[in-house]
Amino acid sequence: MNQKKSKKPMIISLCLIAAVYIGVFIAEQFIPQQSMLFIVLKKGAVYALVAVSMNLLNGFTGIFSLGQAGFMLVGAYVYGIFTIPVAERMNVYQYFDGGLVQFTVPVIIAMIFSGLAAALFAFLIGLPVLRLKSDYLAIATLGFAEIIRAIFQWNGLGRITNSSNMLNMFPTFNDFNILGPDGKVTVYLSTLIPFIMAGVCILLIVLLINSTYGRALKAIRDDEVAAEAMGINLAHHKRLAFCVSSFFAGVGGAMLAMYQTTVQAKSFTSAMTYEILLIVVIGGIGSVTGSVLSSFLFVACSEWWLRFLDEKQIIGNFEVPLLRIGFRMVVFSVIIMIVVLFFRKGIMGDKELPDLLSRSRKAKGRAGK
Amino acid sequence: MSKVNQDSTQVLKLENITMQFGGVVAINNLSLEVNKGEIVALIGPNGAGKTTAFNCITGVYEPTNGIVYFNGEPIVVNHPQGKMIKQYGGINGDLYKDRKPVVHTPDRITHLGIARTFQNIRLFKSQTAFDNVLIGTHLRRTSNMFTAAFHLNAKEEKANREKTAELLEIVGLADVADELATSLPYGKQRRLEIARALATNPTLLLLDEPAAGMNPQETDELGEFIVDIKNRFNLTVFMIEHHMNLVMEISDRIYVLDFGKQIAEGTPEEIQKNPVVIAAYLGVDEE
Amino acid sequence: MWDTIFPYLLSGISVGGQYALIAIGYTMVYGILRLINFAHGDVFMVSAIIMVYIMASGLPMWICIPLVLLITVAIGFLIERAAYKPLRSAPRMSVMISAIGVSYTLQNLVLYITGGLNKQYPTIPWISDTMQIGAAKTKIVTVVTPFLVILLVVALVLLINRTKIGMAMRAVSKDFETSQLMGIKINNVISATFIIGSFLAGVGSILFFTNYPTVIQTSGAMPGLKAFVAAVFGGIGSIPGAVIGAFIIGIMENIIKGLDVILFKLGVIQAPLGLATFSDAFTFALLIVILVVKPSGLFGEKVTDKV
Repeated sequence: MNQKKSKKPMIISLCLIAAVYIGVFIAEQFIPQQSMLFIVLKKGAVYALVAVSMNLLNGFTGIFSLGQAGFMLVGAYVYGIFTIPVAERMNVYQYFDGGLVQFTVPVIIAMIFSGLAAALFAFLIGLPVLRLKSDYLAIATLGFAEIIRAIFQWNGLGRITNSSNMLNMFPTFNDFNILGPDGKVTVYLSTLIPFIMAGVCILLIVLLINSTYGRALKAIRDDEVAAEAMGINLAHHKRLAFCVSSFFAGVGGAMLAMYQTTVQAKSFTSAMTYEILLIVVIGGIGSVTGSVLSSFLFVACSEWWLRFLDEKQIIGNFEVPLLRIGFRMVVFSVIIMIVVLFFRKGIMGDKELPDLLSRSRKAKGRAGK
Repeated sequence: MSKVNQDSTQVLKLENITMQFGGVVAINNLSLEVNKGEIVALIGPNGAGKTTAFNCITGVYEPTNGIVYFNGEPIVVNHPQGKMIKQYGGINGDLYKDRKPVVHTPDRITHLGIARTFQNIRLFKSQTAFDNVLIGTHLRRTSNMFTAAFHLNAKEEKANREKTAELLEIVGLADVADELATSLPYGKQRRLEIARALATNPTLLLLDEPAAGMNPQETDELGEFIVDIKNRFNLTVFMIEHHMNLVMEISDRIYVLDFGKQIAEGTPEEIQKNPVVIAAYLGVDEE
Repeated sequence: MWDTIFPYLLSGISVGGQYALIAIGYTMVYGILRLINFAHGDVFMVSAIIMVYIMASGLPMWICIPLVLLITVAIGFLIERAAYKPLRSAPRMSVMISAIGVSYTLQNLVLYITGGLNKQYPTIPWISDTMQIGAAKTKIVTVVTPFLVILLVVALVLLINRTKIGMAMRAVSKDFETSQLMGIKINNVISATFIIGSFLAGVGSILFFTNYPTVIQTSGAMPGLKAFVAAVFGGIGSIPGAVIGAFIIGIMENIIKGLDVILFKLGVIQAPLGLATFSDAFTFALLIVILVVKPSGLFGEKVTDKV
């Protein structure tokens, strides 16, 4: 069998990933929690999951969907609704008599609920939308995300969604730290846990992509007519990809809620979807590794490394012109435009980590579509 | 018109198939049969409606009128409906008006056991030759999304991979299995398409101009190859082809189509002598 | 009853007219490039920001307005040259992603310039004055908008049907490759399309922000999306379709905004239902219904209208 690739690159990749996890764990114990590093790592982990889930649709199945923010919103709300401690509900739902839901479920269960709820929405939305062609599908999914946003802000559902007020008080990443008897943190896990959550979800997506189903999805991306002639049921497989992608977007939404510590529908705008799409593009459409790397890069640049551009910088006696609030994002946008225009393959093209490590493997063709 | 008792050796049967696009009648009242184990060719000048006929069989198009039987089962039934009743330009338009239309998507048709290749090669361009063929095994899977993702279908996966390797061996592409499909030379791409079609376990293989773009030597090899896979996999072959040498050599029977109408049917010898065909088609051939 | 509905209807017509001016830009660009120009709504917003700054410089009104329109047009032209032209042979998705990138860039640029603060749109004399129509009190701009829109659309249709560049536009929208072979300078036609689209968005911006006089970097997103929906609703590529679609959406949206009040005054409901939340969502629901039921929109099939 000439298909059997060398196992070595795979093993090295796994070792690298394991090293990253160990590194994160160690860093967390010794570097002060206020460090920007942890903000980047936490938010990066959330975005990595969401970007990979979007890539599953846009990169691997060739369905250009812009509904990601909507599914994240569903996930974030479902998480919040099921995990706010009963004792806090009177405060959170102060205008709605403490809300309708008067019980909580464990975090993991709530996250699965988040995913399932998002997948359910996706299933319903997919019925009319997945028949549409490329850009019409994009605009329809964008529209659905806006509709979801409006529904969650509606007063009529206030007893569940708290209308346009925010949800808070639910368990966040910091609640994963292990406390000693004196109330002080003994083991920091607030960064490692989101890494593990995102890692498990991304692993599941990778497993799916590498299975016979993943091959079928790629076939649909490459040529719908030929895929159908090979007996691949287009409607079924597209719906499957749409629901799976949304499931993980929902879980990502739950994680975003934990990261932000509050949830409010008005923040899940189409701008959020665009941001994730740009992450996917920068990483390389059709590369999971690329999406993950570019999520961390994107968050690091926008939250940390380019921060200095927002503040006055004086070198010697010279005050660098232009630097003030917002300049960071301008520079950042320009970088993105350069990638979009001149480096359309993004960081990784459609290659993955093991591909980089194996020299024998022939360079694959163009990046995605 | 239709035989009362279906012949059990009849694999494919088209009955009064008409395909009309707007005002254009691409195929007019085409009827033909393909029997088990035969190689049947569909020939005709460019634009005669040959590929359209294939598309009607495989569910890409929904014919305006007529029935397609596969192993005696009607897999496509239609009659003019809606505004097509007025527009209809074919004949026998009211023959099936009492029958319930039957429509299948192309993937269903492939499930039933009809596989095809394309005139303008349609390989999965970002995938290797191996993966292209492997995708063809997807439809016979017994796994679901979860068992597949968690590798609980390892046995099936292994069998599929072995089958893929074997198919590539048979079509002579084992050495290029890991190449990108679109980087292969033209002739090999055509063979790869056939291998991919075979991976779906068909009983009827539709080949749309398998020799297009091949030189005479490659064409000769292709002829032997088609006969070989037909015998090896117990297939019935229905093909569209322009290379007359190939058609005359391997076909058991030939149908000739011109301007959407069938103008002749018979063995290669009969077709070669048929004056109507010569006038319409062979008369302009170099031979 | 009429007195209750009339003010909403009036502002609906007005907003509809403003959407129409944006929608034309979407529909023309889509007709020619098959591109959803996601940045178009942001051009509309940028035009308003430019107005804020130019008016602040103290130049007289009769210089300001043409100057703003000129700069808006220049921006539209430059966006096309910088972000879309290099991707002419790339897949459609790449161009769409580029459009999203431009939208992102424009918003961030405005964020930088304004510091993320709401800017007060300058008062433009005469059209900002209030007037009384029946029971409703409104700004003159509300009444002027529909007439101005009709005037501009007539001019545009004449341009497309009677001039050489218009003929070229029609040809390009019919068949991109062939018209190139026929010697049409495709880049000029595309530039002209963006210039016209941006000009109309600039005019729309003046009218819109006279009514809703605060501008922030995200101000263009919603009107932009709605105008796009209007273009799809009317049948993308069709100018009359976009205009009619925009008026319908503008009116429906404003009626829904006031639905609680209307129903309450009619005695249908006893307490407000908060239906105003759905004024935006309604537009998208309409979009999806249209896409599913009749993807070609109201006037989509009449190819002669295509630009």
